[in-house]
Amino acid sequence: MDVSSPIPSHLDRTADAGNVVVNIGPSHPATHGTIQIVAELDGETVKRADVHCGYLHRGFEKEAEHHTYHKVIPYVDRLNYCSALNNGFAYAEAVEKLLGIEITRRCIVLRTLLCEYNRIADHMTCVAASIMEMGAMTAFLYLMTVRDYIFEHLNHLTGARLTYSYVRIGGLARDLPEGWLTRLEEILVFAEEYLERIHGLLDRNRIFIDRTRDVAVMTPEHALNWGFTGPTLRSTGLAIDLRKDAPYLAYPELDFEVPVGIKGDNYDRYYVRMCEIDESIAMVRQCVRLLSDGPVSVDDPRVTLPAKELVYTQIEALVHHFKLVSEGIVVPPGEIYVSHEAPNGELGFYLVSDGTSRPYKLHVRAPSFVHMGGMHTLLEGYQVADVVPTFGSMNMVGGECDR
Amino acid sequence: MTGRAPLSYEAIERELGGLVERSWQSFGMPVLELRAENLLPLVTRLRDRFDFALFLDVTAVDYPERSPRFDVVYHFYSRRHNQRIRLKVRVPAERPVVPTLAGHYGSARYMEREVHDMYGIEFAGNEDLRPILLYEGFVGHPLRKDYPIEREQPMVPYRTG
Amino acid sequence: MALMDYMTTKKDELVGWIRKFSLFPYPFVTACCGMEFMAVSSTLYDTDRFGAALPRFTPRQADLLMVVGTISHKEAPILKKVYDQMCEPKWVMAFGACATSGGFYRNYGVLQGIDRVIPVDIYVPGCPPRPETVIDAIMMLQDRIAGDHHPILPAEQRGREPSHANKVFPIFPAADRVPPSQT
Repeated sequence: MDVSSPIPSHLDRTADAGNVVVNIGPSHPATHGTIQIVAELDGETVKRADVHCGYLHRGFEKEAEHHTYHKVIPYVDRLNYCSALNNGFAYAEAVEKLLGIEITRRCIVLRTLLCEYNRIADHMTCVAASIMEMGAMTAFLYLMTVRDYIFEHLNHLTGARLTYSYVRIGGLARDLPEGWLTRLEEILVFAEEYLERIHGLLDRNRIFIDRTRDVAVMTPEHALNWGFTGPTLRSTGLAIDLRKDAPYLAYPELDFEVPVGIKGDNYDRYYVRMCEIDESIAMVRQCVRLLSDGPVSVDDPRVTLPAKELVYTQIEALVHHFKLVSEGIVVPPGEIYVSHEAPNGELGFYLVSDGTSRPYKLHVRAPSFVHMGGMHTLLEGYQVADVVPTFGSMNMVGGECDR
Repeated sequence: MTGRAPLSYEAIERELGGLVERSWQSFGMPVLELRAENLLPLVTRLRDRFDFALFLDVTAVDYPERSPRFDVVYHFYSRRHNQRIRLKVRVPAERPVVPTLAGHYGSARYMEREVHDMYGIEFAGNEDLRPILLYEGFVGHPLRKDYPIEREQPMVPYRTG
Repeated sequence: MALMDYMTTKKDELVGWIRKFSLFPYPFVTACCGMEFMAVSSTLYDTDRFGAALPRFTPRQADLLMVVGTISHKEAPILKKVYDQMCEPKWVMAFGACATSGGFYRNYGVLQGIDRVIPVDIYVPGCPPRPETVIDAIMMLQDRIAGDHHPILPAEQRGREPSHANKVFPIFPAADRVPPSQT
């Protein structure tokens, strides 16, 4: 059966007869499975590149319009699945602001802690995948081991290793179990030890430097023009970070720095991410010290489910529970744009509510999607073998790019 | 970062008043509503005078029982003022055309392609409006309210045995 | 004749044993399950113990197609093409809820299960499945391969149908084969 490509490329006819058009992906190990790059090559140099995404389009926005606010939470988790908690907290903040709810102090600190904890896991995944694609299996396996301990730890807290569905509108699903914080400290110590090894393996590695230094260089103006945010933008030298510029959750109280790069090349992006992991580990420890006692979910009958003992014994609590689960949370009409500093960049949720229990419109401003729009500028002029490290340093997460 | 004052209401009125139909505040973010023909001059002024150099997002909202039907919504970020701003352009269903921002910001190309794919809104001046999240042969615009969610248009015929 | 049957059975056992411990997966990774695939291939839950560690990123050299993650309608032609390019014998693992049945996405974009376009040997439930589930699935697949008939001798090849021809289950009833909106 002859199946042609779902999208015609602009490069179907090459400008120069001596050039070759090569198709990379979408089923390709280095493109994280869902990006197709059609590249016109002159020998080894990429003359033009056409990046196609959308192979993982799962209809997130349409699903969100057909589900209640709580039922959207698992869909939100699967946007940037490497750091699912970050997505959930940004979405929950959008809904909570429309409702006019203030979350509790313990919830604020716990959400910040989990944001940073998931940021560690996400940056580790990005670095591990991109260096594995360059051939460094040892570093990949080290980082996978640490990441697996983080997953098991979060499994102890939320019930799932990867897509947690832990956030609730107005709070969190449950409080910390016994011994969670002790294990957290053990994992952080373990992570620091392994990160030292990664630094030792990669930072001054001749091969790594040759492959990533001065490859895919970006100036700050170029980065802003093409919409880059997050570590990719910070690697060019601009210290734009939502955690400092427009602090949310508990970030105003945390003491941290924003690492920036010098040249905006692949090496800088790798190093900015490694420094951000160190900053995140410090922030997690500060959050543990800031953690105070108290309820985790706000005591607002519009959003919080009643306690299970009451549901089983009192009729009012039963009916309340029933209405909250079947009809859903009713959010007053309005619109809001909330953006958080996700590990990939600025993750924004534009929520339009019409007063019913389903979002009228829930749009995700996905950093990976915008980065894919600008990525062809980073591929052109470099060699075809540079496609792999460049793509890896962008941390394109398919669920977020194609939604 | 110290020393970055948010954009004041008066500054918006003074500089942009002629191009804007309505403006209000939404949870700390100024929102400007304007007509499609004023979009390019407004965006140019925002970028040049107020340093809205980062184009964050363009999307659309579908109000099928309202005329004009679509609301095209833009978000921008200014480094100098450390502020985000939202622009809304009302677009009728019979002629859903908005000028493109691809000449101002490179990131607009992909995002406008997505809005075209999902809502069918034309961006005049953007030559590359191929489907990006959907595929050639997909009929219809899924995020419009009249597109049923379960209408699949498979590309590969299903197995029969 | 009984001796021939005995020899064929012994040959099948030997070939089955060899094939089951030298699986070359083609990880067709698209989405979140890919993270669990990376975890399963790593040191804590190792697929190398089962001989299934080395991924072959070309379908010509692979025999186990692991479809990891959601397959959208846009990706379905690519999946079909990759499956068609693989040589016999080949097995397909539907890794995760989205590959098995579309997961909890029921909309215009998602293929409701890869068995609508290619035959599947083993389904791994979970969203994403725990690594232990994946290892359990690999072991079940290995049991099936061990007990399968492997016609490798020239005498057995004549008049033989391709191996996927007998993988016709599940057959969807006619009403279910076309998406409801197109009936």
